[in-house]
Amino acid sequence: MSLSATTAPPPAASPEQAPRKPRLAHRLARFDLKASPYLYIAPFFIIFGIFGLYPIIRTVWMSLHNWNLIAPDRRSFIGLQNYVDLLSDDYFWNAVRNTVGIFLLATIPQILLALFLANTLNRGLRWRTFFRMAILVPNVTSVAAVGIVFGTLFQRDFGVINWVLSLISVDAIDWRNTTWGSWTAISVMVDWRWTGYNALIFLAAMQAIPRDLYESAAIDGASRWRQLWSITLPMIRPTLIFVVIISTIGGLQLFTEPLIFSGDSLGGNLRQFQTVAMYMFEKGIETTTTAGYGAAVAGMLFLMIIVASVLNFLLIRKSVR
Amino acid sequence: MSVTKRRLRQAAAVALVAVTALGAAAACGEAKPEAGAKPDKLIVDTFGEFGYEDLVKQYETANNIKIELRKTGDLGDYRNKLVRYLATGKGAGDVVALEEGIINEFKLNPANWVDLGQYASAGKSGEYLSWKWELGKTTDGKVIGFPTDVGSLAACYRRDLFEQAGMPFERDAVSASWPTWDKFIEVGLQYKAKTGKGMVDSLTSVTNAVLFQHTGDLFYDKDDNLYNPAVKPADRKPTDLIAANSPAVKAAWDTSVKIHNAGIAAKTATWSPEWSAGFKQGTFAVTMCPSWMLGIVKANSGDANSGKWDVAAVPGGSGNWGGSWLAVPAQSKYQSEAAKLADFLTNATSQVTAFKKSGPLPTNKTALASTDFTGYTNPYFNNAPTAKVFGESVKNIQPVHLGPRHGSVKEKAFEAALNALMSGQLNADEAWAKFLNDVPSQGAF
Repeated sequence: MSLSATTAPPPAASPEQAPRKPRLAHRLARFDLKASPYLYIAPFFIIFGIFGLYPIIRTVWMSLHNWNLIAPDRRSFIGLQNYVDLLSDDYFWNAVRNTVGIFLLATIPQILLALFLANTLNRGLRWRTFFRMAILVPNVTSVAAVGIVFGTLFQRDFGVINWVLSLISVDAIDWRNTTWGSWTAISVMVDWRWTGYNALIFLAAMQAIPRDLYESAAIDGASRWRQLWSITLPMIRPTLIFVVIISTIGGLQLFTEPLIFSGDSLGGNLRQFQTVAMYMFEKGIETTTTAGYGAAVAGMLFLMIIVASVLNFLLIRKSVR
Repeated sequence: MSVTKRRLRQAAAVALVAVTALGAAAACGEAKPEAGAKPDKLIVDTFGEFGYEDLVKQYETANNIKIELRKTGDLGDYRNKLVRYLATGKGAGDVVALEEGIINEFKLNPANWVDLGQYASAGKSGEYLSWKWELGKTTDGKVIGFPTDVGSLAACYRRDLFEQAGMPFERDAVSASWPTWDKFIEVGLQYKAKTGKGMVDSLTSVTNAVLFQHTGDLFYDKDDNLYNPAVKPADRKPTDLIAANSPAVKAAWDTSVKIHNAGIAAKTATWSPEWSAGFKQGTFAVTMCPSWMLGIVKANSGDANSGKWDVAAVPGGSGNWGGSWLAVPAQSKYQSEAAKLADFLTNATSQVTAFKKSGPLPTNKTALASTDFTGYTNPYFNNAPTAKVFGESVKNIQPVHLGPRHGSVKEKAFEAALNALMSGQLNADEAWAKFLNDVPSQGAF
């Protein structure tokens, strides 16, 4: 189905009329036929070229230099030295560890919760449409606002969360200054924003599963739990993997939530929640003399995302077959 | 598909492409106004509280110019914005504030700044504390900044909390109770015994004060070396760092460790959300106040706490924490108009007005001597004679050489290590090692 769309459209003008002098309308029609498809897709490619491709090329170029952000006369080509330095940079690997750690801590509960929500919404629930709309609402809010509000909730001294915990006599947790505390706080922000979105995608996939499968399973005496494991999950597997890919890309680029939570690009006194994107920001923007190094961090992040995506792609190919 | 529909689509496509092309052309061909043209608007970028709100309005009416005042709360965020403006060549204000911790970094690239010397009003260079004026110049003598303020030191304390703790709470008695940092710790222990709470907000608050109460090198030596120049680059060890051998840094560190061990800090890291909230909640009773901090204390504490804060002498003698200059980026389209505005904002009367509004202490000698300044008492701080407290110590300030990335070393290496100590993430030795470990990467330029 998708193949036929990419072949050339049927010829518009009939060849029998060819000997006649081509009229303007005719020429316009030919132009339309040949050129207009390109014009239709042009806006995307022009914008992609300016805001997507050019920055990527420029970043790669910068990463090969000792690049001073504000003094053009103090820049020099150094080849791959930035990348070599990066591989032995403890703070870079610390950022990689944090990013992967927060990603796992955020994504695993998020996908389980999203599956649970989708499964619930897939049933004959009262006010179903309302709930389906409502779970998407957190996704509409601005990330910065989420960061600020949750940053306040997770305050040590006057935060709501510590107050609630104090009701069940748990001592105040210093969310920012502990590794697990900070990872948890950031994961909660990420999950709050993305669980509903993923649940909706799962729900769409679940709706596409034929009802009669469930009916026959029910006749065979399969419990709801069994139906979930044996019908729903296998049937939505491609969607599941799609969600994992999207979450991986998002998770590796995690930036705004921890940045606002931290208040600076360090991610805590011991960089206990500095992500790769924050390290890129520290080196590339905050430190004027190491913009090339920051660009190299961006390059490594790009590579990491490609590797993760290829792994996911291999998985998806296997599962769809 | 009908013909009309196709026509329509054709037209739409052409229009789209045309609009895209037009947009691109417009982005490139921005016309530069002629030299000396009347500006539509001048933009002033500052961080923290500079107290320029009323001055700007006054200048607007007097000169029939529109001025936009853009404030950023945090210096770190402010610096990042400024770097972005300079890197991309657009977006910066016509007049921008440069703080002492970051000005040296920007001085390294004089091409980014207008030489204000040519626009200065007659005799301006002689009107200021001479060291302050000199620090606004690049090595080749170009004036890139007109001096605004210095961060002469005092200690802000909550009289009501001191009174409740049954301790001396009148400002002279408080000043007398802590001539030295050791005495300060004793007072803190008393406060803790009475209230069970930490007295001073954070370790870094004290550190910043002590750091500038000493003369001599901090993180760089006079020639901007991070390491002892006698040691060959290959043999460099953390102990060869200027910072590791600086008496000022050592004193600041040791005082902080003592305060930490005594347990008299409320453990609210300066600039953190807990800190900002702590002003209202009375989490702590003392914070070190460079003059410009008065505006921040007031903004964080709110009107409800008016009169509860007071200003006493800082333990350990006078010093300077912070202070700024006003500069005009070379990318400004209205350089002479911007320089005129910067000149106005830093003149004697303006500095007194700004001081009354938000606390930045004048550096203009006429301003410091004027009765309008010396007679001023701050109503928010229980009518403390802030002009007298700060104005007297300003004469004793010794200029300290701050290297190109002083701000970065201080915030991301020194203060981060102290905050890790304060929060219990590291012990004192580990924190010191971490500090030395981070100095080279934060200080490189």
